[in-house]
Amino acid sequence: MSSVRVLVGTKKGAFILTSDGKREKWKVDGPHFAGWEVYHMKGSPLNPDRLYASQTSGWFGQQIPRSDDGGKTWEPVDNHFAYVGTPGTHKWYDGTQHPWEFKRIWHLEPSLHDAETVYAGAEDAAFFRSADGGKSWQELPALRAVKGDLWQPGAGGMGLHTILLDPANSKRIYIAISAAGAFRTDDGGESWKPINQGLRSQYELPDPKAEVGHCVHSITLHPSRPNVLFMQKHWDVLRTDNAGEMWREVSGNLPTDFGFPIAVHAHEPETVYVVPIKSDSEHFPPEGKLRVYRSRKGGNEWEALTKGLPQSDCYVNVLRDAMSVDTLDSCGVYFGTTGGQVYASADSGDTWAPIVRDLPAVLSVEVQTLP
Amino acid sequence: MIRVVLPQHLRTLARVEGEVGLEIPGPVSVAAILDALEARFPALRGAIRDRDTKKRRPFIRFYACEEDFSHAPPESPLPEAVAQGREPLRIVGAMAGG
Repeated sequence: MSSVRVLVGTKKGAFILTSDGKREKWKVDGPHFAGWEVYHMKGSPLNPDRLYASQTSGWFGQQIPRSDDGGKTWEPVDNHFAYVGTPGTHKWYDGTQHPWEFKRIWHLEPSLHDAETVYAGAEDAAFFRSADGGKSWQELPALRAVKGDLWQPGAGGMGLHTILLDPANSKRIYIAISAAGAFRTDDGGESWKPINQGLRSQYELPDPKAEVGHCVHSITLHPSRPNVLFMQKHWDVLRTDNAGEMWREVSGNLPTDFGFPIAVHAHEPETVYVVPIKSDSEHFPPEGKLRVYRSRKGGNEWEALTKGLPQSDCYVNVLRDAMSVDTLDSCGVYFGTTGGQVYASADSGDTWAPIVRDLPAVLSVEVQTLP
Repeated sequence: MIRVVLPQHLRTLARVEGEVGLEIPGPVSVAAILDALEARFPALRGAIRDRDTKKRRPFIRFYACEEDFSHAPPESPLPEAVAQGREPLRIVGAMAGG
């Protein structure tokens, strides 16, 4: 029988939640790396027991632990993320230029095509690759050459937070950066182009054709249709049907235009999930009701999913990397909150229940469906 | 034998309990101790000082014999009591957070 492993990164350690395919009873294992921020954990799709974690601390810097037994034991791999050449400068909060400085890894993305290759997204924004399972890292610096001097951190820092790999084309990768925007490479990272046309960010970017500077919160795709992307931006939910060449807004009837995560159903490429959050200044669900919104039509028409979720006095946030899906026949949807709850739905979002309620603030949720 | 006291998180990374003992050839300084420490415990590389610039991480402090050596040049000789192993070098994670 299939099983599910949910990898949860929190402000104070990592947790691994496991269940059989029924997804009714859960085992909670952790904390791993207790006391450290775990920005992200992810397993290799080619070798599911190979897991990587971004373990980070304002005191003690960056560690990358790797597990080869599904999270039972961990060994550190390389933590040396060096920018190529003279790093140069990017735009600072006050508009001046500021030197590029490595702070942490926000996202780890094991390759779909090679079990030893893994990608990492850094703050200050840069794209790294390891071809030896994390034992050494090399920056692919062409990304920062795409008007990097104009990139400016958002309130949470200038992190490269999203890495999407094209299942059909190992050379095509999408990434997103706060607050620079989305970018695509078609040659494995040797060159990049900004893919931000159609985004509207009128309060921060008066120029509607600005190539960079957009506050993209998250993007996602369905593996069967890698040219169709969905985006939760600082303002608006958008989609593109041509690999990011042009975006169009599909916010429709959502109660707010703000949010962080976005996910696609495992078997229905037009079914999309978001968690609307009230404005950029409050960062909690509108009306104190925690609602996932689902569109079965690829956007524009959204329905609130509330069964099992708190519908009063709820003021948590759901961060950009904190929602994921499994690939069981009845698609499971999962998300974690800054209040430490991890909620799961085993029926595509119709009903929800907490797996665990009192973890530290959740930074990331990734799901592995195991045979 | 030079004695080094690590904060809890670095003891966990290094997988040690209690003090660490190190043999230091030549003059005993913070830089020499960190070189030896990182050679023996590679997981500590980058956790105390920057891997490239060797600059101390901002929330790390070095104390020995009730003196703060955090701002001294890293190659400065440490007190004889440290060099002789009578007193440890204490690597401390600064209290911060409010």
